[in-house]
Amino acid sequence: MTVQQLSIFIENKSGTLLKVLQLLKEANIQLVASTIADTVEYGIYRIICSEPSRAYTTLKEAGISVALSDVFALTLDNVPGRAADTIRILTEEGIGITYMYSFLLSGKGILIFRTDNPERTREVIILNDLSFITDKDLSLKA
Amino acid sequence: MYLHKELETLTRAEIEKLQLERLQKTVKHCMNSAFYRKRFEENGLTPDDIQSLDDLQKIPFTTKQDLRDNYPFGIASVPLEKAVRLHSSSGTTGNPTVIIHTQKDLDEWANAVARCLHMVGLRPGDVFQNSSGYGMFTGGLGFQYGAERLGMLTVPAAAGNTKRQLKFIMDFGTTALHAIPSYVTRMYEVMQEMGIDPRRDTKLKTLVIGAEPHSEEQRRRIEEMMGVKAYNSFGMSEMCGPGVAFECQEQNGLHIWEDYYIVEIIDPDTLQPVPEGEVGELVLTTINREGMPLLRYRTRDLTRILPGECPCGRHHKRLDRMKGRSDDMIILKGVNIFPIQIETVLMQFKELSSNYLITLETKDSNDEMMIEVELEKLFTDDYGRLQVLTKNITRVLRDEILVTPYVKLVPKGSLPQSEGKAVRVKDLRKPF
Repeated sequence: MTVQQLSIFIENKSGTLLKVLQLLKEANIQLVASTIADTVEYGIYRIICSEPSRAYTTLKEAGISVALSDVFALTLDNVPGRAADTIRILTEEGIGITYMYSFLLSGKGILIFRTDNPERTREVIILNDLSFITDKDLSLKA
Repeated sequence: MYLHKELETLTRAEIEKLQLERLQKTVKHCMNSAFYRKRFEENGLTPDDIQSLDDLQKIPFTTKQDLRDNYPFGIASVPLEKAVRLHSSSGTTGNPTVIIHTQKDLDEWANAVARCLHMVGLRPGDVFQNSSGYGMFTGGLGFQYGAERLGMLTVPAAAGNTKRQLKFIMDFGTTALHAIPSYVTRMYEVMQEMGIDPRRDTKLKTLVIGAEPHSEEQRRRIEEMMGVKAYNSFGMSEMCGPGVAFECQEQNGLHIWEDYYIVEIIDPDTLQPVPEGEVGELVLTTINREGMPLLRYRTRDLTRILPGECPCGRHHKRLDRMKGRSDDMIILKGVNIFPIQIETVLMQFKELSSNYLITLETKDSNDEMMIEVELEKLFTDDYGRLQVLTKNITRVLRDEILVTPYVKLVPKGSLPQSEGKAVRVKDLRKPF
């Protein structure tokens, strides 16, 4: 239901993004998805990758401000409107989405998100029988 | 409880009597100095004009500029062959300032430092590690001789090489460490990286911190990090070095040794004494030094005398922790701001590390202050919470310094980290 995501606090300065990516490259870690928002001062670079624990250690040892946390990862069928259906279920339960992004994995859409009420989100996912992936699905891919 | 019981427990009347005797002796001795002889002549003064402690005010101030102008030996009151040691400042802004010491000066200096270290509970059997730079910097040899005088095993680890410092602390069973506050924070970070728990893996119990103005909050943070008591030390190379004033175990103000120094607090603009208990510039007269006594030396350090008696039984006056230096003061939009005020606010936020940098710059012909501060760790991956934190810091800072700074959170390790005194202020403003 959840996968591990790396969050990296980076300065809005030339070269900082490259430093992170280079470290992951040298550690032979594969990126599955990543996203970064544009802000004036700093960015939080969020990464889903093949070996999150090892990636975390690698970055931390290099002095990068990094955190490892669980985010929800739901699978969507390749049909228009699936994302809307899924978010409607959560919204109707009064759950707020803090941030969200998506990517394709083996031909299926994966919706990554964090909510303001993780316990309730878990229950809602189970009650509605929504399909999801786990860390195992990511490492298999890698 | 006291190393020099008689001197440490003098009553006010006894202190003043001793001070007058020593002042008169010092002034007479200063007539061996070409500089002071001329100063006295120019002002129509003779040593006989000093009949009371109040008469001290007849003597003109000595400034850092005087030391530079008379570089290197023009102020000395003994011929060079009687001097055995020389210390000097780095001299980054002009001629360095030089102080020479006789053997007696070095003995008295060691006594003063030993008295300070004893006052905070250190005894023979303690292992004292000194992370000051040795060489010209007085914090090295000053603490070395003082700690040896007290009879402690003294480790002259000197500055830098943090991993080596930590190895010494663990291998030698170091119980007391002298370091500048920003360096203690650095050491703690390295300890964390190496998996060292100071409480579990070291015998440290006492820290002596000084040479850098720091806030009470920073002291508490250091004590909590390292599991020790941290005592504030004040000294300056012109006054020998460390050992001028030191906190006792009450941790409430630094006793200044009045058998060594006469203390005045003046308004740096009017040069008149400030009312008792108010903040002003510290002015010191050495009355227990023969190589190079200084009369009414303007230290540029801002502090005040704490009112009231200290429960420790010492009547030597207590200086409040340094408020900064009169030449550190930032004037922004007509408001006087000291970096220490900013630090005090930043330290209240647990999310922040103790490393910060203040930059003053001119933007659209407006002077602005930017404060970059490192996030201790990424406690959230939510932009909203980072923005709330930034806003809160800005609001508390504005209440304290009365101008609105631009606060910027930066990742840990991205600000310059020096193992010497940290550079906290960069002034890039365009002069008119």
